[in-house]
Amino acid sequence: MGYCPNTPDDIREMLAVIGAASVEELFSPIPAELRAKSFDLPAGMSEFELMRIMRQKAATGGADVTPFIGAGIYDHVIPAAVDHLSGRAEFYTAYTPYQPECSQGTLQALFEYQTAICRLTGMEASNASLYDGGSAVAEAALMSLRITGRNRVVLDASVNPLHREIVRGYLHGLSAEAVEVAPAGCACDLERLMGSIDAECAAVIVQNPNFFGSVTDFSALAEKAHQSGALLIVSCYPIALGLVATPGEMGADIAVGEGQSLGNAPSFGGPYFGFIATRKSYIRNLPGRIVGETVDKQGRRGYVLTLQAREQHIKRHKATSNICSNQSLCALRGLIFCAAIGKKGFSDLARLNYDKAEYAKAVVSRIKGVSVLNCGPTFNEFTVSLGKDAAPVVERLLALGVAAGVPLGGYYPGMEKALVVTVTEKRSKEEIDRLASLLEEALCS
Amino acid sequence: MQLIYEKSMPGRTGVRIPLCDVPQAQPFPEALRRKGAAGLPEVSELDLVRHYTNLSRRNFSVDTNFYPLGSCTMKYNAKIAEDAGGLFAQCHPVLALLPGGEKLVQGPLSLVHGLEQQLAEITGMDEVTTQPLAGAHGEMTGIMVIAAYHRARGDNKRKYVIVPDSSHGTNPASAAMAGYQIVTIPTAPYGDMDLDLYRAAMNDEVAAVMMTCPNTLGLFNPHIAEICAIAHEAGALTYYDGANLNAILGKVRPGDVGFDVIHVNLHKTFGTPHGGGGPGSGPVGVKKGLIPYLPTPRVAKKEDGSFGVEAHPEGIGRVSDFFGNFGVMARAYAYITLLGREGLIEVSEQAVLNANYMMARLKEAYDLPFDKTCMHECVFSASRQLKDGVHAIDIAKYLIDRGYHPPTVYFPLNVKEAIMIEPTETESKETMDAFIEVMLEAAKLAQEKPELLHEAPVTMPVGRLDETRAARAQQVCCEQ
Repeated sequence: MGYCPNTPDDIREMLAVIGAASVEELFSPIPAELRAKSFDLPAGMSEFELMRIMRQKAATGGADVTPFIGAGIYDHVIPAAVDHLSGRAEFYTAYTPYQPECSQGTLQALFEYQTAICRLTGMEASNASLYDGGSAVAEAALMSLRITGRNRVVLDASVNPLHREIVRGYLHGLSAEAVEVAPAGCACDLERLMGSIDAECAAVIVQNPNFFGSVTDFSALAEKAHQSGALLIVSCYPIALGLVATPGEMGADIAVGEGQSLGNAPSFGGPYFGFIATRKSYIRNLPGRIVGETVDKQGRRGYVLTLQAREQHIKRHKATSNICSNQSLCALRGLIFCAAIGKKGFSDLARLNYDKAEYAKAVVSRIKGVSVLNCGPTFNEFTVSLGKDAAPVVERLLALGVAAGVPLGGYYPGMEKALVVTVTEKRSKEEIDRLASLLEEALCS
Repeated sequence: MQLIYEKSMPGRTGVRIPLCDVPQAQPFPEALRRKGAAGLPEVSELDLVRHYTNLSRRNFSVDTNFYPLGSCTMKYNAKIAEDAGGLFAQCHPVLALLPGGEKLVQGPLSLVHGLEQQLAEITGMDEVTTQPLAGAHGEMTGIMVIAAYHRARGDNKRKYVIVPDSSHGTNPASAAMAGYQIVTIPTAPYGDMDLDLYRAAMNDEVAAVMMTCPNTLGLFNPHIAEICAIAHEAGALTYYDGANLNAILGKVRPGDVGFDVIHVNLHKTFGTPHGGGGPGSGPVGVKKGLIPYLPTPRVAKKEDGSFGVEAHPEGIGRVSDFFGNFGVMARAYAYITLLGREGLIEVSEQAVLNANYMMARLKEAYDLPFDKTCMHECVFSASRQLKDGVHAIDIAKYLIDRGYHPPTVYFPLNVKEAIMIEPTETESKETMDAFIEVMLEAAKLAQEKPELLHEAPVTMPVGRLDETRAARAQQVCCEQ
């Protein structure tokens, strides 16, 4: 029943070796008064019956809706090789590579992953991944507190609202503060961000493209932060990095982000992975696992978990983070995605996202009453005003099988008419045209 | 083996991306564009497939090798749970947050709710959140909930969290991340946290005590109810680290014993694959008085039987973006549903039987610091072998040569030269017997030919690697 192979004969022989009369006797160290008062679960079932239940649940999972939604989680192509290779049981059913000689598969893959993240973000040192995008931004904030010895971060309010909430939660316990700077419309308010940097500021945290889809050059902000001894943390969308200037090129000290778009399906919220990369000089302040290259006695190249003295299993409460795992398998999927799409493919893919979104922007903004709110360039997401409350429009289109975008009212009071529309390479011209005509119907009727 | 980057050939392309079916847009502004393409590999699909297939073969895994890694519960991962989890790949979580979106995602929402209910019943807690993404993330969430509880009562003087010295390193690290100072209580000669020292350390400045039970020595602490009572008397709360829950399914429920908060590792007890170090999932369960402080949002069952996503305004906020690692949760839900009540009880019974068998057969050859009935794992010491110059790590490396993933070594920290073996319930007597023979052989070699153990492993693609060099060189990515 529980995948337990021992036969009654095995069990008898084992009990004899142990010197116990019954399996129940092995639980005698547990005093009677501590025994479970209830364990009221249904009886088990067969695979067939289970799958009937699971299929029913999956059938009402919204998988048939055409998504023009993103908000950090994007519907991108996943090459078949990603599933096939990451599904290899040798990767899938292994654990943390504590014993490097019999874990070179995972270790080399993570080293290759770290390389891919460094090359995508333009940074020098990546860890082996974090839980997700939100916790990665929070870990970057904590990292900046450690590096600078300061106690406050400036958080641009056009960073993903879900991520900001996680950052606030992480900082709260440590009595550190996050000061939020409201955007100017859909753009980051660079002047106010710069004005908020003082001698107590550990870091400025921005996102590129931001939650509204606007792309910004943060080079001047990086310079200003550095003048005050603060760091620049840029949360970025990896697919956009096929086209948009990298955090490294802008002078960022830490690049983080949600890695889902690299080969991981939306899967109703996870598992995904977060990435974090920094300058080599800050490597000891990175949270989580890091894989490093070395050699054995015969000079053969190999990979190990390195700089473990930062980690909880050695440093306990003085560790750089409590994190004890990474999202190895999801990071592996990210790596295989990058290698399958390849150098040129990655640029082409980013360009395709941009082209499709620009097309959608053009057709949607032609609708009477609709206007684009981003004043500068966007990547594959843009914000429009529908001229009236966006929520009921979204609800109406959802009933027709189209998720038209994320209405902003719930996140940004005063922006009730605004809608963030996401267009990945998977949305066909036909789907985009249908979105536009359904929006038009909803708005003009 | 070469890196994928070293196999790269300029101009070689892999998978085709979709064609562009819309007019090309104006070029993206030059000033905001990246300078040159990212240096990703340029390989054919076959290059890619061979590379990662061959890399995978450089791993030991549960599906290929016995993997008795203590404290990690490396049990067999049912294939049907994979099929079940994969069904939800295309469900977008943001749908649930859209106006009118809830009704489109009733299936996955019902699964979140169903899993929370299963876990509440299994652990004896009143409500569960699935948001935490791993065990340590669950610990941090649980301690944040405890902090919020004390704060809401205006009880602001509590600044300590008590942990036993045998605890997982994540316990003190998680409590520190939630802003607490740590008090560590040593282990008494009887193998549990020293009760007198604990009593002396408990006062009205303590926010919580974090316990793992069975503890990391694999021993069930019979004083656990008393430990909870002492904490409660001082107004502190009790935290149960569910890492070792595999030992007590249907036997003990932490909620019944007096624990206020618990986290569960779905990737351990409920059979989801470890993925080479993640993804995990670390749901947190709490008693009634703590429900208001759980993270937002909550999945709730409405009066009409449908499921909704509700804000949870008094809570600690969000600890992850959506509902947790849903794919992992779906696999665990499938596992629990498949096994049912009797199946889960059998899991713990067979896990404990296997561990005690392992302990009984190996204790002649290896020192057993705490010689009493163990639960799901047993902890030996290689101190006898050390007299011949053989360390726990040498035995571990020899096991690799013999096709076994080594047990956990050098943990728990309070046992010298620790060798921590957790066979799990899914291994057969023959598998364990074969492993035991190799362990006995290693003990013999330690006396007769210790140099063989020092040289191991010799059958792997690499021998023992120079970790000092790695830490000094800090070569963490391939230079372009």
